[in-house]
Amino acid sequence: MAARTLYEKIWEAHTVREGPGQPTLIYIDRHLIHEGTSPQAFAGLKAAGRKVRQPQLTFAVMDHSVSTKNRLLPVLDADALGQFEALARNCEEHGVHLFDMHSKNQGIVHIIGPELGITQPGQTIVCGDSHTSTHGAFGALAFGIGTSEIEHVLATQCLTQFKSKTMKIEIRGKRPRGVTAKDFILAVIGKIGIAGGTGYVFEYTGEAVRGLSMEGRMTMCNMTIEGGARAGMVSPDETTFAYLEGRPFVPRGRDFQVAVDHWRSLATDPGAKFDDSLVLNANELAPMVTWGTNPGMVTQVTDRVPDPASFNDPVDREAATRALVYMGLKAGTPIEDISVDRVFIGSCTNSRIEDLRAAAKVVAGKHVSKDLKQALVVPGSRRVKVEAETEGLDKIFREAGFEWRDAGCSMCIGMNDDVLPSGERSASTSNRNFEGRQGKGGRTHLVSPMMAAAAAIEGHFVDIRDWKNADGAE
Amino acid sequence: MEPFIKHTGLVGPLDRVNVDTDQMVPKQFLKFLTREGYGRVLFYDWRYLPGEKPNPEFVLNQPRYKGASVLLARANFGCGSSREHAPWAILDYGFRAILAPSYADIFYNNCFKNGILPVTLSNEQMDELFKRAEKEGYRLTVDLEQQVVTDDSGLRYSFEIDPFRRDCLLRGLDDIGLTLVHDQHISNFENKNLKHPVMYDAVDVKFHKHPNPQHN
Repeated sequence: MAARTLYEKIWEAHTVREGPGQPTLIYIDRHLIHEGTSPQAFAGLKAAGRKVRQPQLTFAVMDHSVSTKNRLLPVLDADALGQFEALARNCEEHGVHLFDMHSKNQGIVHIIGPELGITQPGQTIVCGDSHTSTHGAFGALAFGIGTSEIEHVLATQCLTQFKSKTMKIEIRGKRPRGVTAKDFILAVIGKIGIAGGTGYVFEYTGEAVRGLSMEGRMTMCNMTIEGGARAGMVSPDETTFAYLEGRPFVPRGRDFQVAVDHWRSLATDPGAKFDDSLVLNANELAPMVTWGTNPGMVTQVTDRVPDPASFNDPVDREAATRALVYMGLKAGTPIEDISVDRVFIGSCTNSRIEDLRAAAKVVAGKHVSKDLKQALVVPGSRRVKVEAETEGLDKIFREAGFEWRDAGCSMCIGMNDDVLPSGERSASTSNRNFEGRQGKGGRTHLVSPMMAAAAAIEGHFVDIRDWKNADGAE
Repeated sequence: MEPFIKHTGLVGPLDRVNVDTDQMVPKQFLKFLTREGYGRVLFYDWRYLPGEKPNPEFVLNQPRYKGASVLLARANFGCGSSREHAPWAILDYGFRAILAPSYADIFYNNCFKNGILPVTLSNEQMDELFKRAEKEGYRLTVDLEQQVVTDDSGLRYSFEIDPFRRDCLLRGLDDIGLTLVHDQHISNFENKNLKHPVMYDAVDVKFHKHPNPQHN
């Protein structure tokens, strides 16, 4: 058989029906839902008199609008309460497993899927959330869908799909100290632009990617959508299998070995053809900071805010001009001179245990700048929270002046009351710096957890590579 | 879903690249349980000043664009979040067709599920349309059957579209109904694969429907 990519193998294994001139009907192995985008899908299902075809393949969680403060208090936001009640009712009615806001397994949907082992190599995974691309880190085909498609999956456990093109993104060499998976993906997006991946599925490869933990791979795949691609993937390997072993929904004992043998066979074959490719050298990469209003407006921490006049394309020039006005930044300002009002460590991009460990190491024994209005750590899940507390990370953060919160999407999207006020500037480990994303008029700079932690201490961006306690490979 | 065959309407221009779905429907409006009523909040932060007063600076607030139903946009329209609230708002506001050089993937898909036709034209063609739209009352006809965009001064741009998507839109087909025609294929696939120990045994029934959420 001809050499195939991971994407092609999964695609072929999930093809239910192909017809000439029609998109392919593919089977969906895992459907993740949350309170934000699912109520209208269930309503549609009900109106049409349809049922959930495979409730045991659907998993629900409350994450977008949940409070990260005391969750035992009544929900005061009537609209959010309406969403929670609708999700609970819909799950009950259709026999869908729900991790509600009080479950010890609750957390951001893209954190809990992998950590519970619901996410596995070779699966097709969808969710009404664009950051579903996260799960591709396991060698799954995972992508975000709209509410109509949620309804479609609920009713049929399938989706009609057009096959994507594939792009191999190779990061050669070893990851430098102080440079993280977040910096890798921001560098990729900076290179290709936020629409550079439209129509593609990315596969990340190369020594630096292979050297990443599952947490790091998830960070890269998570932000793949910010480069416009449908999905990001990493071929499964020993790192993947070691992460999965023993997780609640993962096969055990002999079944695990059978599973691993199958998963191993999914990796892209040597010599498999991609439609396109991109190569980056890890030793040329540095900590990244976004300066504009989309994730492609990004530069290295040692650089300056670019001059819009330096862009050749008039469209880019105008977009940069508009972005600088919104961000309240002057061209030519060194990135390290930009001061921040708030720091947010959290989101489905960077709120896993490894992220919290890296940030804690930076702030240990120090205190946040007196000019800072707020420094927030929001673990991605309650399991991450417990794990961090067992390691004493909560204490380190608290002593450094951070607030330690309960799990949820929080200030990444600001659907609960964790909002970036208008005109204020944040260093955020989240994934989007769009206008108003963290709060109307808020100004977001995307960075890695270590960079956010260091910015909290100094009150402005600093090059984490200058700090002794920046961990990472040599 | 309302079929889209041919539509003639007033043109509204939105001359910005990379308009993301957060701008179309900001987060605070993602908490409702219905698909209707989002037209009022479309482009909320650009469109309104505090107190929900229309911002005269925002182009679509100009009286001459009131009632616009054909939206001119720029590259990578609809990037970011998968929220279908974005096309719901566009439709509810009154737009039936969007003309742009490119779209973000998920948004593009979502348009077809809601009877909105996203037409892809070249940058040069879009430049020309933006120029022509400076004339007050400029109208375009978007004909999906013929796959052409025309105005009454002889402009005629043909466009490409996937034939399957075109057919679904022309007939206003229900996607789910269409898939369920192949129910036997789905059942066959499930019979063959759902018992596959590697792919599916991982769903641990012990975790299913536990009465006490604290023990999930």
